[in-house]
Amino acid sequence: MKYTKEHEWLRVEGDLVVVGITEHAATALGDVVFVELPEPETVVAAGDEVCVIESVKAASDILAPVDGEIVAVNAALVDTPALVNEDPLGAAWFFKMKLDDLSVLDDLMDEDEYNDLIG
Amino acid sequence: MADELLRLGLHDLHVSLGGKMVPFAGYEMPVQYPAGVMQEHLHTRAAAGLFDVSHMGQVILRPKAGMSALALALEALMPVDVLGLAEGRQRYGLLLTPSGGIIDDLMFANRGDHFFVVVNAARKAVDIAHLTEKLADVAEVAPVTDRALLALQGPQAEAVLAAHVPVAAMRFMDVAVLPSAFGELWISRSGYTGEDGFEISAPAARVEALARALLADARVLPIGLGARDSLRLEAGLCLYGHDMDEGVAPAEAGLGWAIPKLRRSGGARAGGFPGWESVLHDFEGGLRETRVGLRPEGRAPMREGTPIYDGDRLVGSVTSGGFGPSVGAPIAMARVTADVTVPGTRLEGEVRGKRLPATVVTMPFHPTTYKR
Repeated sequence: MKYTKEHEWLRVEGDLVVVGITEHAATALGDVVFVELPEPETVVAAGDEVCVIESVKAASDILAPVDGEIVAVNAALVDTPALVNEDPLGAAWFFKMKLDDLSVLDDLMDEDEYNDLIG
Repeated sequence: MADELLRLGLHDLHVSLGGKMVPFAGYEMPVQYPAGVMQEHLHTRAAAGLFDVSHMGQVILRPKAGMSALALALEALMPVDVLGLAEGRQRYGLLLTPSGGIIDDLMFANRGDHFFVVVNAARKAVDIAHLTEKLADVAEVAPVTDRALLALQGPQAEAVLAAHVPVAAMRFMDVAVLPSAFGELWISRSGYTGEDGFEISAPAARVEALARALLADARVLPIGLGARDSLRLEAGLCLYGHDMDEGVAPAEAGLGWAIPKLRRSGGARAGGFPGWESVLHDFEGGLRETRVGLRPEGRAPMREGTPIYDGDRLVGSVTSGGFGPSVGAPIAMARVTADVTVPGTRLEGEVRGKRLPATVVTMPFHPTTYKR
């Protein structure tokens, strides 16, 4: 598992990368009530706003963690936004990306580095 | 440079309960506890929630020349019936600017030989200066600085509080001064959640013991500002600085109900408050815009500032909006032009560049359960 400063996790699954938000982020957001997902087959650049996530308190964006193409989205989140709080690291994945080069993941944080970040 | 945030007397208790402290109206306030906004909201509607609202301003108006003279002087500041308020009763009031905008909304209570007033935290300095100036001949305006204010809200609030003080006979908007193990409590049967409940002013030195005693009851959870906001939104209640301000007149804020016939054209004490000509004109066909409830379709909340359209025409914007945990869907209040306010009218809100449908509905969004 790799992590970004924006509190996303990335997990390699075959030739794809699965992206979600960390437990820390889900807790900080509070009860999630709305998720808007991108269209599949969208080409994105790192830092693009690709998802909207709203809790009872506020709206925030999920950014593309790396360059690539979004090839699948987790439609279950649209119907059941609370999954983000219940299982942020598992059932509540947001999208899957195809990358040109998986080695860009090497620049992201590993679990120890992420845990240091959230202290 | 930002002013130092003030700390509540119960700050350490909030932190020990896991409260997440955020800046609000110049204070460090708990926005939520570990249960989270959703559970805190639902628990308040199902059992009882304890809120620390000590940031709000408590003020005593002590008459210099009799209660009637003070009541009439207050009627020159607010478009409400002050003179007719019986001892032991509380009423909602609005301080108005010379052009009829809202300086603040407040609760005032007749306590026999004085009035007790509770005002919004962010407006208390403005209110106290205004009252001190305008009431100089008829009252001593005394901010209460040695008391905290709690709210206990929800269907179990009466049973919880009655274990400490005899409140069961009180009705909605009654006030009482009651001795207790926590010193003299100033209690009103009111709140801002749409639920039955109480606001309890307690001596600052005793409030922690009172809060701990109430929290020791298994029916009570501490509730933060997040759920306080979603509860008042579901109850269709206005929040100062959002749904109203000095640029908004009472009827424009959907607060016409607060102005009784007595103070309207043809009433025995019609007008005579700041901006009364234009404020009353709003009730006689002059109203250009007003507050409505909106139910967005789908799940996307329409937050404050969301532009509202009727076809291609911009008709207003959301003044408070979010997710209603008891409604189970997004809800919003918007100020829109007077021609699109009929319940059932279909409008659109622009959320992140997309026009999404929303229907005008009557408020409250969730039924209120005041004990009248």
